[in-house]
Amino acid sequence: MQTETKQIEVPQVEEKEVRGIVVRFAGDSGDGMQLTGTNFTQATALHGNDLSTFPDFPAEIRAPIGATFGVSAFQIFFGAEDVTTAGDDVDVLVAMNPAALTTNLHMILEGGLLIVDSGAFTDKNLAKAKYESNPLEDGSLNGYRLLSINIHKQVLEAVAPFGLSHKEALRSKNMWTLGLVMWLFDRDRSATITGLRSKFVKNPVVAEANIAALNAGHAYGETAELPVGIHVYKVPKAEVEPGYYRNITGTQALAWGLLAGSEQAEIDLLFASYPITPASGLLHELASRKDFRVNTFQAEDEIAAVCAAIGASFAGSLGITSSAGPGIALKAEGIALAAATELPLVVVNTQRGGPSTGLPTKTEQSDFNMALFGRHGDTPIPVIAASTSADCFWMAIEAVRLATKYMTPVMLLSDGYLANASEPWKIPQVDSLASFKVEYSDDPQEFRPSIRNEKTKARVWAKPGTPGMEHRIGGIERSFETGDISYDPENHQKMTELRKLKVENISSDIPLQEVSYGRDSGKLAVLGWGSTFGAIHQAVKRAVSEGLEVSHIQVQYLSPMPRNLGELLSNFEAILIPEMNTGQFIRMVRSEFLLDAESLTKVSGQPFKISEIVDAIQRKYKDLEKRA
Amino acid sequence: MNQTIPKLTLKDFATDQEVRWCPGCGDYAILKTIQKVMPELNKPKENQVFISGIGCSSRFPYYMNTFGFHTIHGRAPAIATGVKLANPELDVWVITGDGDGFSIGGNHMMHVIRRNVDLQILVFNNEIYGLTKGQYSPTSQTGTLSPSSPLGSIDSPLSPCLIALGSGGTFIARSIDTEAKHLAEIVRKSSVHKGASFVEILQNCPIYNDGVFEQVKNKKVAPDFRAEVTHGDAITFGKDREKGISLNRDSLTLEVLPVDGNEGKLLIHDEHNKVQAQLLASMKGPDFPVAVGVLYREKKASFIEDMQKHVNVSRREKGSLKSLLESGHTWEVD
Repeated sequence: MQTETKQIEVPQVEEKEVRGIVVRFAGDSGDGMQLTGTNFTQATALHGNDLSTFPDFPAEIRAPIGATFGVSAFQIFFGAEDVTTAGDDVDVLVAMNPAALTTNLHMILEGGLLIVDSGAFTDKNLAKAKYESNPLEDGSLNGYRLLSINIHKQVLEAVAPFGLSHKEALRSKNMWTLGLVMWLFDRDRSATITGLRSKFVKNPVVAEANIAALNAGHAYGETAELPVGIHVYKVPKAEVEPGYYRNITGTQALAWGLLAGSEQAEIDLLFASYPITPASGLLHELASRKDFRVNTFQAEDEIAAVCAAIGASFAGSLGITSSAGPGIALKAEGIALAAATELPLVVVNTQRGGPSTGLPTKTEQSDFNMALFGRHGDTPIPVIAASTSADCFWMAIEAVRLATKYMTPVMLLSDGYLANASEPWKIPQVDSLASFKVEYSDDPQEFRPSIRNEKTKARVWAKPGTPGMEHRIGGIERSFETGDISYDPENHQKMTELRKLKVENISSDIPLQEVSYGRDSGKLAVLGWGSTFGAIHQAVKRAVSEGLEVSHIQVQYLSPMPRNLGELLSNFEAILIPEMNTGQFIRMVRSEFLLDAESLTKVSGQPFKISEIVDAIQRKYKDLEKRA
Repeated sequence: MNQTIPKLTLKDFATDQEVRWCPGCGDYAILKTIQKVMPELNKPKENQVFISGIGCSSRFPYYMNTFGFHTIHGRAPAIATGVKLANPELDVWVITGDGDGFSIGGNHMMHVIRRNVDLQILVFNNEIYGLTKGQYSPTSQTGTLSPSSPLGSIDSPLSPCLIALGSGGTFIARSIDTEAKHLAEIVRKSSVHKGASFVEILQNCPIYNDGVFEQVKNKKVAPDFRAEVTHGDAITFGKDREKGISLNRDSLTLEVLPVDGNEGKLLIHDEHNKVQAQLLASMKGPDFPVAVGVLYREKKASFIEDMQKHVNVSRREKGSLKSLLESGHTWEVD
């Protein structure tokens, strides 16, 4: 059964062109807000806008219906210009119930459009959201353009022909709402319709009911007499580089980057991991990709995961383990074993709010110190960080390259924001990826496990199963000459220095630091790392357009840092370092380069807003001008 | 394929490293036995991998001229799992002790056994922490006097074989450091078993826990305190095998009976009987002899076999990175 949108005379609606807009869908965990957002994102990408999304969901899996702590939201910023954050303030807020309204209202701009399902504003739901009176009626929302629709009623009518139960029918509320929002922004529904038919391939009635709801929501926008001030927005296409595009989340990009790395290195991967939010997505993604050179192992704990990965590397595969902060802490001893025995290992840390369990579903960059310094002994390892969701692909390849070339553990930092956020990505040409084939030693003549590559200082890799290459390695200090156990004081000095030098040398094998936006000298450099990229980029762009001499520098290589970074930074009068922690990277910059820098910190579990960085730039700039 | 393997001897499996255990340590005897058994297994030397944790026993890989990895405390089973997952062709041996395997590494031990990862796990149980200078271990008898328990330990000991059984082990055996012939036979059997082979080796620490297994080791008294069990044979012990073990079917407990006159009542060792294995593994002095031999054996697909099946199914068609990147919704901008 298929329904068609009835041809009704469409009233003239005022259209308004905007360059960029932020929409936020908020509802109960069970309301399907993430699915709604994903579909809207897809339609927006197909429409030709640049975009960035931010799913913001609670730690509770199924919170009681109507509870404020169970509100799940999906935010998208799309527009005609380059978009690198999910947006500061919300222009259009969709609130599916009172809890979603009360927890998200502070994000919407004054005068913004508020779409609410009045059918969910029952006494019971109002009480759960701690409303003393109904905000839809008491005038408290007068500062916004309120579009209050009984979506419950609309949906039940729209899907009535399908004979679903009341509960089943109401599940299509999100699709009805999506239809309305698609009308509002003139999006094409066909991709969503195709998607629904394939999602519910075994249950075509549900598929068609959802499609009917989607179309009904759209038709409602077209035909209903909407309050004054509600109009269709035209968002012109963004100018982007020609090519094939797709949307990608950081989790997908990272997983696919690891697969790409394995192909370029011509090596099998063992991805060993223990479930933890927000890192588990990586395990899920790779577990279903065993048609590539990857095997996955869900270990009994974080320690077993890193150890299984190390075992795989000893056997000649590349071991990879992944976790978030608390899990990485548990892996510390294992990472040091890999560093001591000089085996390759990739450790992915999808950072979340800490300490301890902290804020599992929220984002933070507070594991910088742990990544660089959180090990016993003098145990340097390379640490790199992805700047955007798509950059996770490139940094994952880089982690595989560095680990196998230098026979060392490599820590790759991502975070909860990057993992879940999606952005359009120009699909790279697979053939153009650089190859870095791994070489194993198989010549038993004069073989010792301590033989090194003169240039990289990397130890040889001789796989078990190779005749004549039998050897022993272990965590006890090894002789530089023979690789056998050595308690010799001078040898330990030499080996410690060697381990340090080996990692430091990597700085000559990584790209020079470039300026992401602006000139390579000037008054103020805004220096970032990791997922702050998007917000800093927009803020600096705005400042530059206002005539300020500001540049944006985003570091991907945290240890060792690019060899020109100190010099580059010294070309600026001042340095501002925004970080989602209490100031960790800034200590490194100060101590390494003896440069003064100012910190801008945020640890609310939410990414920086562009305006927060703009404000800091302006403040700092005024100081500089005063000083001059 | 076996024909291509050159004939090897004990010496081929010894390294040039000076063995650094204390004089009289039971580990010497175990090392000798394993080095002697290795050539008999008739498997490629380059496929033998010894993985250990931390402790006296965990120095073992340094003395085996095979591939070896001396890792970190308690984690050998996890590292060995990674080795085996990466290359199922390898014969992977885990060398651990009572502290390494059942205290700090207890969790990994439980899981490597329940998964039935195809490994040989040799636990050198001396009921004490040797390398850290003599503290009581998780297998120490209650009341053990040690630097950390000057008034005697108050912890109850665990039984490695019972833990292995409880974890779903498919090969569970017990032997003794100095009983070379018996130990060699058990090690041979463990090496052909598909899945996790668990071998508890009672091992004397002459420095910190000397004589703790005296009754089962001392040739004069051992026959009365040790029952060597063989599949299909009645379970008997004593100098002249004059005593036997019988099951009281009313109380579901074991009893010691004179063999004479009770022939029909004696328990016949059935290594496939899990309930019986539990009863045998639990036997201890002074009322019962300690059972040594293969206590339990079960045929079951190993974790590695099952994993290989999944990988093979997934790789019927090799993944293409290009198709993956272009999968789902894509659009062209011109």
